[in-house]
Amino acid sequence: MEIAAAVAASIGTLLVGFFSSWVDRKVTARVQWRVGPPLLQPVYDVAKLLAKETLVSRRALGRGFLAAPVVGFAAAAAAAAVLWLALLRPAEGFLGDLIVVIYLLTIPAIAGIYGALASGSPHAAVGASREMKLLLAYELPLILSALVPVVQAGRDPEVGATFSLGALVQFQQNAGWTLWSVSGLVAGIVALLCVQAKLTLVPFDLPEAETELMGGSVLEYSGPPLALLRLTRTLLLAIAPIYFATLFLGGMGDAASGWSWLALAGKYVAVLVLVVLVRNTNPRLRIDQAMKFFWFGLAPVAGAAVVLAALGY
Amino acid sequence: MGWKTWGLKRSPWVYHVNVGACNNCDIEILELLTPRYDVERFGIVLVGSPRHADALLVTGICTRQAEPRLRAVYEQTPKPCVVFLIGACACTGGIFRHGYGMARPADEAIREIDPGAIIAYVPGCPPKPEAMIVGAVKALAAL
Repeated sequence: MEIAAAVAASIGTLLVGFFSSWVDRKVTARVQWRVGPPLLQPVYDVAKLLAKETLVSRRALGRGFLAAPVVGFAAAAAAAAVLWLALLRPAEGFLGDLIVVIYLLTIPAIAGIYGALASGSPHAAVGASREMKLLLAYELPLILSALVPVVQAGRDPEVGATFSLGALVQFQQNAGWTLWSVSGLVAGIVALLCVQAKLTLVPFDLPEAETELMGGSVLEYSGPPLALLRLTRTLLLAIAPIYFATLFLGGMGDAASGWSWLALAGKYVAVLVLVVLVRNTNPRLRIDQAMKFFWFGLAPVAGAAVVLAALGY
Repeated sequence: MGWKTWGLKRSPWVYHVNVGACNNCDIEILELLTPRYDVERFGIVLVGSPRHADALLVTGICTRQAEPRLRAVYEQTPKPCVVFLIGACACTGGIFRHGYGMARPADEAIREIDPGAIIAYVPGCPPKPEAMIVGAVKALAAL
């Protein structure tokens, strides 16, 4: 039963993700004054890739190269299941599911690095090294920004120290959204920029960089493994706004009422459109600029937000 | 219609191979991506790697330098895939047919390694973007 629920949550997230990636492409097309693809385009893409031939380069380490997309996809699906459990049944989540989600969300990136390095292509190697640097850069501010709701909830004697997403959602029901406080607002902006990097969207699309690395870390993949990589990205595109809405926008509030689904959908679309617009209005950063931005720009800001939260602002 | 070609017909990703073109056809290909024609309406996207491609857009006469590369790129493209020969040069050699740099027509170079290759010819110097879209529709219908 639990397994069936988890699989259902992952598949549901995947469907949401297909819709999100269509929204992404459609909004991008409209920004560029084009018409854009039809609604089912992401489904067509994946269906086509599943039917294509799988090529493995002579220089690739076959098993690791093919296993990496599977590992990444599994981790993303697991993260989706944990998030939905926290949203739909807040009381049943376990103490550290926030930590588990953050941990699971790094695995697709690590699997991507492994797969790219195993592919034996110099372009993919450059992409992998950039992905590694990017991961090191954005993880610190991402975790610091996730600490802000935790610290805010920790100041409430009724909630106490907890890393449980369900408890954080319930705390926000009583105390208002995390975003409506000074520390929460600062942390929210930081988290949104980290989410952008986590999704490797412009201005942080360095690992793939179509125009200079021609696909970078995914360059050597073809057929079903490439379909899995796309499905992973699709899942992440759905997970990231939900993660943001859970920590900063009060999740879906009271899951029992029908309005909560509408509220979650509204928050979801708002975050998604913000991400897509940032992607469409910014040029790509160089990797050194991106690292400086995260380490010396966002990390101190996120640290200050944690201190502010601890002081009660 | 089999499920294998169901997705392929709706999302052909193309990789552009220049084997010695004068850049005129290449400019017309980029025209397809502009708001005026916007082939992403049909799921057609330009990709950076032949491994991701479902269609190869070959432009230019097949020069001696480019011929082995063209065959390598064709081998790196996962099957099923379609080859589009864009422009008079790629189709027949055009006015450079008897030039010293011409190896042989591009379709012969590809048929040598894969006799069953699906090859579509879009003549013109350069072909109009509309002609390329018609070529794509016909080639996908033949799959």
